Amino acid sequence: MDSALLVHRIHFAFTVTFHYLFPQLTMGLALLIVVLKTIGLRRNDETYNQAARFWARIFGINFVMGVVTGIPMEFQFGTNWSHFSRFAGGVIGQSLAMEGVFSFFLESTFLGLFLYAEKRLSPRQHWWSAIAVFLGSWLSGFFIIVTDAWMQHPVGYVKVADGSVQLSSFWELVLNPWAWWQYAHNMGGAVITGAIVMASVGAFYLLWGKFEAQAQIFVRVGVIAGLIFSTLQLFPTGDGQGRMIAENQPVTLAAMEALFVSQSGAPLVILGQPNVEARKIDNPIEVPDALSFLTYRVWKANVQGLDAFPKDLWPENVSLLYYSYHIMVGLGTIFIAIMGGAAFLLWRGKLFSARWMLWILVLALPFPYIANTAGWITAELGRQPWLVYGLMRTADGYSKMVSAGNGMFTLLGFMGMYMVLGILFLFLVRREIEQGPAAEMSSRH
Amino acid sequence: METLWFMIVAVMVAAYVVLDGFDLGAGAIYLGAGKTTDERRKILRAIGPVWDGNEVWLLAAGGTLYFAFPLLYASSFSGFYLPLMMVLWLLMLRGIGIELRAHMENPVWVGFFDLIFCVSSVLLTIFFGAALGNVVRGVPLGADGYFFEPLWTNFRVGANTGILDWYTVLTGVIALVTLTTHGSLYIAVKTDGALNQRTRNIALSAWPLQLILTIVGLVATWYVQPTVLDNYKQNAIGYLIPVIVLGSLGVMIYAIRKAQDKLAFMGSALYIVGMLVGAAFALYPVVLPASTDPAHRSLTIYNTAAGRHGLTVGLTWWILGMILAVGYFVMLFRMFRGKVRLEGEGY
Repeated sequence: MDSALLVHRIHFAFTVTFHYLFPQLTMGLALLIVVLKTIGLRRNDETYNQAARFWARIFGINFVMGVVTGIPMEFQFGTNWSHFSRFAGGVIGQSLAMEGVFSFFLESTFLGLFLYAEKRLSPRQHWWSAIAVFLGSWLSGFFIIVTDAWMQHPVGYVKVADGSVQLSSFWELVLNPWAWWQYAHNMGGAVITGAIVMASVGAFYLLWGKFEAQAQIFVRVGVIAGLIFSTLQLFPTGDGQGRMIAENQPVTLAAMEALFVSQSGAPLVILGQPNVEARKIDNPIEVPDALSFLTYRVWKANVQGLDAFPKDLWPENVSLLYYSYHIMVGLGTIFIAIMGGAAFLLWRGKLFSARWMLWILVLALPFPYIANTAGWITAELGRQPWLVYGLMRTADGYSKMVSAGNGMFTLLGFMGMYMVLGILFLFLVRREIEQGPAAEMSSRH
Repeated sequence: METLWFMIVAVMVAAYVVLDGFDLGAGAIYLGAGKTTDERRKILRAIGPVWDGNEVWLLAAGGTLYFAFPLLYASSFSGFYLPLMMVLWLLMLRGIGIELRAHMENPVWVGFFDLIFCVSSVLLTIFFGAALGNVVRGVPLGADGYFFEPLWTNFRVGANTGILDWYTVLTGVIALVTLTTHGSLYIAVKTDGALNQRTRNIALSAWPLQLILTIVGLVATWYVQPTVLDNYKQNAIGYLIPVIVLGSLGVMIYAIRKAQDKLAFMGSALYIVGMLVGAAFALYPVVLPASTDPAHRSLTIYNTAAGRHGLTVGLTWWILGMILAVGYFVMLFRMFRGKVRLEGEGY
C-alpha cells in the first residue's frame, strides 16, 4: 500500500463509489417526482401531492448527501490527479466547467424553492420548480458522462507542443457517440434505482398495512417505471454501449467476458470463475456462439480474445472486471423478470394482495445500487490500463507531488467522514419512512 | 483572451466571497449572536434558501479555473493538497450542519449541528484567507510547475514556507474579521428586534479591528511580496482600488452608526471586492508566484492557459450560463426578500 499510484486510485474509487450511491437516486427520483406531481396537478388529487411531498423529503436528505460527497470529486481532479488535469484540462475542463455553470446553479436555486417554498408558490409554479430540479440533475449527469466518455473514447482534441491535449471541436466532444449511449444507459440505471426504491417502500407499507393509498401509488409508479427502464436498459442502451466497447475497446470486451482465446462462434459465459493464470474459465456454464451473435449479429463471427492483445494492454484486473460486468448484467436481467411479474399482477389487479410479490419488491431495494456500482466498475476498470484511452496511462496521471502517506491520510479521513454520513443518512431516511407519507411536512426548526 | 479569462475567474471568485462570505460570516457569529432557539432559526432562515447557491460559485469558479488555466488548477490543487482536503471536510460538515439540524427536535441533536455549523464556518473563513495569503506570498514552485507545501514549517516567510506562516495566519484573521462583519450586516438586514441590534453591534465593534488589519495587511503584503507595487506604479489607475477599499470602510461605519443596514452591507461587499480586485491587479499576469526564481518559475496566465480554441468556445457558453445564473439569483433573492419570519415553511 505504499505505492502512491495505488493510494490515489483507491482514493478516487472510494470517494466516487460512495458519492454515486446518492446521485443515482437523486436523478431517478427527480423524474418520478415530476411524474407524481404531474398526475397530482392534472387530476387535482391530494394523495399524489402527499406522495410527492413524502419523496421530496427523502430526496432532500439524499440530495444533501450527494452535494457534500460531490464537492470532493471536482477537487480531486486537481489534488490527486494533477498530471491528468494538466494533460486533459484543455478538453474536459469544458464539460466540468459547464456542469458548474449550467446545472449546479439551476439545481441549487430550484431545490430550495421545491423543498421549502411550496406554500409560497402556486401549484403550477411548484411543478415548474420540480421540473427545474429534474433538468438540473440530469444535465449534471450529462456533463459528467461527456467527461467520462471522452476518457473512454477521446474525440475532438489535438495534441499540442507541450504534450497536453486541447479542444479542437466542441461539438465532437459533446456529440461523442460514446457519451450518448453511456448517458442513456446510465440514466436508465438511475431511474431503475429510483423506481425500485419507490416500489420497495410502497410494498413495505402495504405489507405493514399503513398508508395504503399512497403506498399503492408508490408501487404502481415504481413498477411501471421499473419495467420500462429495465427493458430499455437491456435494449437498446446496454446493447449500444456494448457495441461501442466491441468497436473501440475490443480488449476490454474480451476481458469483461473473460474470453482468453480468440475464436469463431464464441460462447457467452453465464456463470463461472475466470482463472487468469491458466487462461480459462473454471466451472463454466455457457451459451454456445451467443457472444459472437451479440457482438456482431453473426453466430459464427470471430471474436478477439485476450490472446490477440499484448499483455500490457489488458485491463489489469480481469477477474474483478468480469465479475462486475456479470453482476450488472445478471441483476439487470433479474430486474426485468421481477418488474415484468409485478406489472403482470398489477394489470390483473392482484399485485396489492400478492404478498409474496410485495416481499420480493421490498427485498429488491439494495440490488439496483449494486448493479449501478458494478456497471461503473465495469466502465472504469475496463478502460485500464488507460486513464484516457490510448492517450494517457493511469500510472502517468496521478499527482506525483502528493506522497502515498499524504494520500493515505486523507483517504482515511474520507472513510471516517463517509461512515458518519452513511449512518446519518440511514438514520434520517428510516425516520422519514417510519413517519410515512401522510404526516404533515415535518416542522422544521 | 487569457486576460479576459483571468478577469472572469477573478469576478467569479469575488462573487463567491461576497455571497458565500455572508453565510460563512453568519455561521461564524451564529452561536454568539443567536442567543435563543428562535434567534438561531432566524439566522438559518436568513441564509437557508441561498447558502447552497452561494457555494455553487465556488464550484463554478473552480470548474472555470480548471477549464481556463488547467496547469494552474493542477499545480495549486495538488500543491495545497492537505489544506484543500481539510476545506472539503469542513464544507461537508457545514453542509450537513445546516441541512440536517432541522430533522430532529432533540436538543442534543440540534446543539451538535449548531456547533458543527459555527466551528466549520469559522475555520473555513480562516482557511480561505490563508489560501489567498499563500497565493500572494508565493510558493516553492519547481521547474516543472509543481510544488508541495506542508501545513507549516517554521512560520517564517522565505524559502521553505508552509501553508501557515505569520503572513498567511494574518490573512486568515483578516478574512475572519471581514466575513464576520459581512455576515453580521447581512443578518442585520434580514432580521429585526434584538437580533438586528446585536448583529449591528458586532459589526460596529469589529469595524476598528477591520480598519487596523486592513492597513497592517497592506503593509505586510508589501513587505512579503515587494513586487505587488509594480503594476500600481505602471498603471496609476490602480491606486483607485485602495481608495475604494478605504472609502467602503467609511461607508460601513457611517451606515452602521445610522442603522442603515443595507447600505452597510453594500459597503462591506464593496470592501471585499476592492480587496480581491486589488490583489488580482497586483498579481497580474502572474497567478501563482514562485518563491524561488520568480522570474522563470512563476505561473502566469500565459503559461497555464488552455488552448485558444477552447477559450473562445468557452466564452459563448459561459456568457449564456451566467445570464441564467444571475437570473436565478435575482429571482431567488427577490422571492426571499425582506425580514425573515418564523412562521411557515423553512428551516
